[in-house]
Amino acid sequence: MLSRREDFRDILEERRTSSDLSHALKSFTRVSSRASPPCSVSTLNKTVLESQHLHYIMQEVSKDTGEPLEAIREEAAGILEEMSQNLQLGYIRFLGFILSKVFKRLFRKINVNEEGLQRLQQAMQESPVVLMPNHRSYVDFLVLSYLLFTYDLSIPVIAAGIPLMGMQLIGEILRRSGAFFIRRSIGTDKLYWAVLSEYVKTILRKDFAPVEFYVEGLRSRTLKSLPPKLGMMHMVLEPFFKGEVYDISLVPISISYDRVVEESLLAYEILGVPKPKETTMGLLKARKVMDEDYGNMHVCFGHPLSVRDLAKGKVNRKQYNLIPRDLPMKPSESIHAFANTTAHLVLRLQQDNMVLSPWSLMATILMQNLGGINLKLLTKQTVWLKWLVLDFGALVDWPVQVADSEVMSSGLSLHHSVVRCEGDQVLLAEQKPQRGAAPEEAVFRRAVAVLMCASYRNQALHVLASPAMLSVALSLAAASSRADIYNLYAFLREMFYNEFIFIPDRTGQDFEEACSLLQKCGTVQIINQNIMVTDKGLSVTSFLTAAVEPFIDAYQVIFRYICSRSVQEFTEKQFISGIRTFTLNLILTGEVKSYDVLSSETQKNALASLVRLNALTKKKREEQTYFSPNKAAIGRTADILGKKNSKIMCRLGRNSSCCVTEAPVMPVEQDSPAPITFIS
Amino acid sequence: MASSGHGSGRQEAADRRLRLIAGHLHPRIAASECKAEAAESDPVRAKTVPKRRQEVMKWNGWGYSDSRFLFNKKGQAEFTGRRYRLGGLIFPSLKDWFESTFGANLQHKSPPTAALNSSAITPPNLNEPFLQDLKSMGIPHSLEAEDRVFRAHGHCLHEIFALREGRFGRLPDMVVWPNCHDDVVKIVELACQHNACLIPYGGGTSVSSALECPPDEMRSIVSLDTSQMNHILWIDEKNLTAHVEAGIVGQELERLLNESGFCTGHEPDSMEFSTLGGWVATRASGMKKNIYGNIEDLVVHIKMVTPRGVVEKSCQVPRMSTGPDIHHFIMGSEGTLGVVTEVTLKIRPLPEYQKYGSVVFPNFEQGVACLREVAKQRCAPASIRLMDNAQFQFGHALKPQVSSIFTSFLDGLKKFYITKFKGFDTHRLCVATLLFEGDREKVLQHEKQVYDIAAKFGGLAAGEDNGQRGYMLTFVIAYLRDLGMDYYVIGESFETSVPWDRVLDLCRNVKERITRECKERGVQFPPMSTCRVTQTYDAGACVYFYFAFNYRGLADPVHVYEQVEHAAREEILANGGSLSHHHGGMALHDEGSRWGTSAGIWAGARIRF
Repeated sequence: MLSRREDFRDILEERRTSSDLSHALKSFTRVSSRASPPCSVSTLNKTVLESQHLHYIMQEVSKDTGEPLEAIREEAAGILEEMSQNLQLGYIRFLGFILSKVFKRLFRKINVNEEGLQRLQQAMQESPVVLMPNHRSYVDFLVLSYLLFTYDLSIPVIAAGIPLMGMQLIGEILRRSGAFFIRRSIGTDKLYWAVLSEYVKTILRKDFAPVEFYVEGLRSRTLKSLPPKLGMMHMVLEPFFKGEVYDISLVPISISYDRVVEESLLAYEILGVPKPKETTMGLLKARKVMDEDYGNMHVCFGHPLSVRDLAKGKVNRKQYNLIPRDLPMKPSESIHAFANTTAHLVLRLQQDNMVLSPWSLMATILMQNLGGINLKLLTKQTVWLKWLVLDFGALVDWPVQVADSEVMSSGLSLHHSVVRCEGDQVLLAEQKPQRGAAPEEAVFRRAVAVLMCASYRNQALHVLASPAMLSVALSLAAASSRADIYNLYAFLREMFYNEFIFIPDRTGQDFEEACSLLQKCGTVQIINQNIMVTDKGLSVTSFLTAAVEPFIDAYQVIFRYICSRSVQEFTEKQFISGIRTFTLNLILTGEVKSYDVLSSETQKNALASLVRLNALTKKKREEQTYFSPNKAAIGRTADILGKKNSKIMCRLGRNSSCCVTEAPVMPVEQDSPAPITFIS
Repeated sequence: MASSGHGSGRQEAADRRLRLIAGHLHPRIAASECKAEAAESDPVRAKTVPKRRQEVMKWNGWGYSDSRFLFNKKGQAEFTGRRYRLGGLIFPSLKDWFESTFGANLQHKSPPTAALNSSAITPPNLNEPFLQDLKSMGIPHSLEAEDRVFRAHGHCLHEIFALREGRFGRLPDMVVWPNCHDDVVKIVELACQHNACLIPYGGGTSVSSALECPPDEMRSIVSLDTSQMNHILWIDEKNLTAHVEAGIVGQELERLLNESGFCTGHEPDSMEFSTLGGWVATRASGMKKNIYGNIEDLVVHIKMVTPRGVVEKSCQVPRMSTGPDIHHFIMGSEGTLGVVTEVTLKIRPLPEYQKYGSVVFPNFEQGVACLREVAKQRCAPASIRLMDNAQFQFGHALKPQVSSIFTSFLDGLKKFYITKFKGFDTHRLCVATLLFEGDREKVLQHEKQVYDIAAKFGGLAAGEDNGQRGYMLTFVIAYLRDLGMDYYVIGESFETSVPWDRVLDLCRNVKERITRECKERGVQFPPMSTCRVTQTYDAGACVYFYFAFNYRGLADPVHVYEQVEHAAREEILANGGSLSHHHGGMALHDEGSRWGTSAGIWAGARIRF
């Protein structure tokens, strides 16, 4: 983890005082790594096409399809041409100039931890580097190249989705700024996989440039980390396993936004309204977004991870000795587990270095008060939450020497698209449905408002996730014995594995950490293998439980839906449309209050969890994936989760005299009868 | 060594196995007359290594007592003695290279303890009945401390380091000098009879810890010194073979065969001191293996004395297919199965013409590509080696003072041509050294072929001198190690065998690993970590590493050294290399589970005869 007080520096400050043109034209000397002389783009592509690996695959494909080798070779060359970047410093300069203008207009500050950049420079001199940022916005795409250019570091080549390429002109500019394009659904196209993996590996082997890719695979619409995609991960790790490079550095990078440029689209996308196709015209139309204020951006470069160190004792590299290295080889179980754990670790490190805005804390509180909340109370609770997350080790961008009320109003006004104030009350900004519209329309509009707010809550959720799982476990447990609570914690962790990103095989460690966090802030006390909530800690556990409540409710609804269906098998598509109608009815009748259940992300995560827990069986038939439920298992799971509400208030550790630390009590309004209410 | 202290069941099984094997073998020949006892004037008798080796050789370092590197009063390096061509020469650039490579300083000396203090040595644990019987047979022996110390070690770093500090572990309790095969038979029989432990000792150049006496060995340990068994027993000119006693030292074998117009062509770097028996026991490889083959290609017949009798084939033929080849159990057994006493080797007529050569490549990658191509076309000269840049610099530092201004002017011109005109980077270029042998005509033709291939990979011919100096480095490297140890620098070499496509990656990763491990373990100055591709084969190459560092400030330098070496070997295995190509290393394989190689299982299932 980052030392908590690493300084951030605003790079826009200098841009506002000096010429953008001279910045774009500044002398740029790539701080070059080791002795290898730079190679040109054409040499790189030639090396890929002439590689032994590709040769084997082309022969195989030719044998399979019966097409002549020459035709296959041409196809491969075509794939490479479509894919290949064409990094040119001139375009970086051009883009640098434009981006200076754009960024100054969009953002108040772009804060960067310079120590992280120094570490990156060091890492670049020692081994090939893989930059692994989180992905929340299209802005992510170029901000890193812009920063590295500004700081005289090697410009990365960036894995991008092919739709971006389709944008006229822009696609070509991106290509010359180092983007290489990957098709969205590669499936079983052997040749495509081979060209892609050889391309990525050659870049690393030759140390052509740092490789940048999003381990989440996609832009996260929920602003929460997505479960990692392992394809690229395997590609960047393999050169190390095969000894083709001495080591590889993985650099987790955390990009945090006060306000995300595409925020208005997020909720629609989550609700299943397809996202607009990326076109140049679309971009131009998006110009009105340029007139908005998006607050601060933080870019935090984490500590480089040495793959060699990570793999020590976990991966036996000798497994590659008995097969020629150029032959395609299915990754062994240990390799797969390593790639998976490493990807999760990177995600976790990204989360650790995210900078929380005061607004995302407010959104967390608001999500528990969807009916509106008094501004003073919101302020008090937000400040309380700030101390809690600081205790939990989060980085918070809370301005010093500014009154709390000032911070609050600034956050509220920046996010006028999400919240509005009515007198003292803070409410979600919700578009009124047209007169005469169907009741479903009202639900939909409400859902858009809630999910938009939820996205900003999600920015802070990773800090709370593990202690929240513990809190829920405490509320579910029949007794206070550590073993029981641990089992429940482990169960919940499995249940919400994709929702909150836990590192595999670290349940014990995570449990200990969650215990010590809650113990540290006086919420629980641990006596003789018993974990008990203290009197004053109750408000913390209740709050934490409430924070993840919408997810628990959502999963319950999904379980109910699956159990209620009589079919033996369903596809993901059938499931998504079915669950939507099912939920809509429940919301209309007022039976369900969680809107997260409408999120297609949550729906998919729940499916994945059931598969993990063996309550769903996944089968592939004719290019189509089918799920068949084990209803008994799903029922049991639902039962465990369902015990919660009845028990939470009655089990308390009544021994507050032992409490050493004073637990921070969540501020509530004096006359409010039920300060913390559950939404459902 | 095997002993007689086993249960009768195992003994029976062993006897059965022995009878079975004996069925394939020639009945034991009645002992022929010992050549060593014959007249002194025997024409094929080699110059004998004296029984008291310490009289001509260092007891705590490499080679002859009178030959060593030192920094003279002017701070210049020179080589003493008259045995070598280098004797009396000055090496003007060695000091600068030494100081800048290791961060060493001539002011900081770490001299060895001056003399062997015999009184500090534990008295021998004697097996009296064995000793009495030995005496009655008239086989020469010694109980003297100096003789015992000399045979208690090979030339691993930790062994020499301990000697220099005057530390001794478990020593052999006595030394015996058999004069011939029959003496060995008698000694082995006695050892079995009286339960003594035998360790065969040839040239003492082992770098596999095979000569180390097990500290927990309770029996009396007898070092069996083969140095007096050094005759060429016969030469068969029709079949081109020679039958030789196993104690003969490499250089003597070659000198004697040369006198009759023949050679074996087997030239391991240690050939000045290592013996024929040692080569067989460790699966040795010679520099010129491309023409003559490695020891397994050279051997036609082996006679070995084991605790259960003598093992040998009944014929001397080029190939057999009656079961596994018994020779392959013997070669590489490192003295654990028996004592090799006599060997029949292939010999060749002396080559008409010999020529050194060298090629400069702009970088190591190009050089390896060239060697790979040479191997592919199967046109490797007698020897072809590719030194990396650091080793090239090392070799360069060993350039003796030039006597004429003209030569040094020429050197300057060559350097100018290569670096300025051809644009080679002096910190990246590397050198291949070549040795051609054969008919004059064919050598010249061959030479052209190799240089043509080299040119395709950007190689420039760089003259005979550079080539010859490259080979010299390998012969004096052990002397140089002693010099380093006088100034807080310790080092060692190790080698591996690796498929062609992994050569570059293995070299880079192992060197890098060494550098980083040193840093992690508190070595103050970056180590020297260099390699050369020293042999080529159809399917791969042999890579040889030198690794040395300045140990000032380290509490336990040998331990640090061993940890780094262990890490380097682990890296080699992870990169698809073997634990050893020719140094041997049953001791390494004994750690089978630690290394995770199947060789460990092999060594675990010790074969007994």
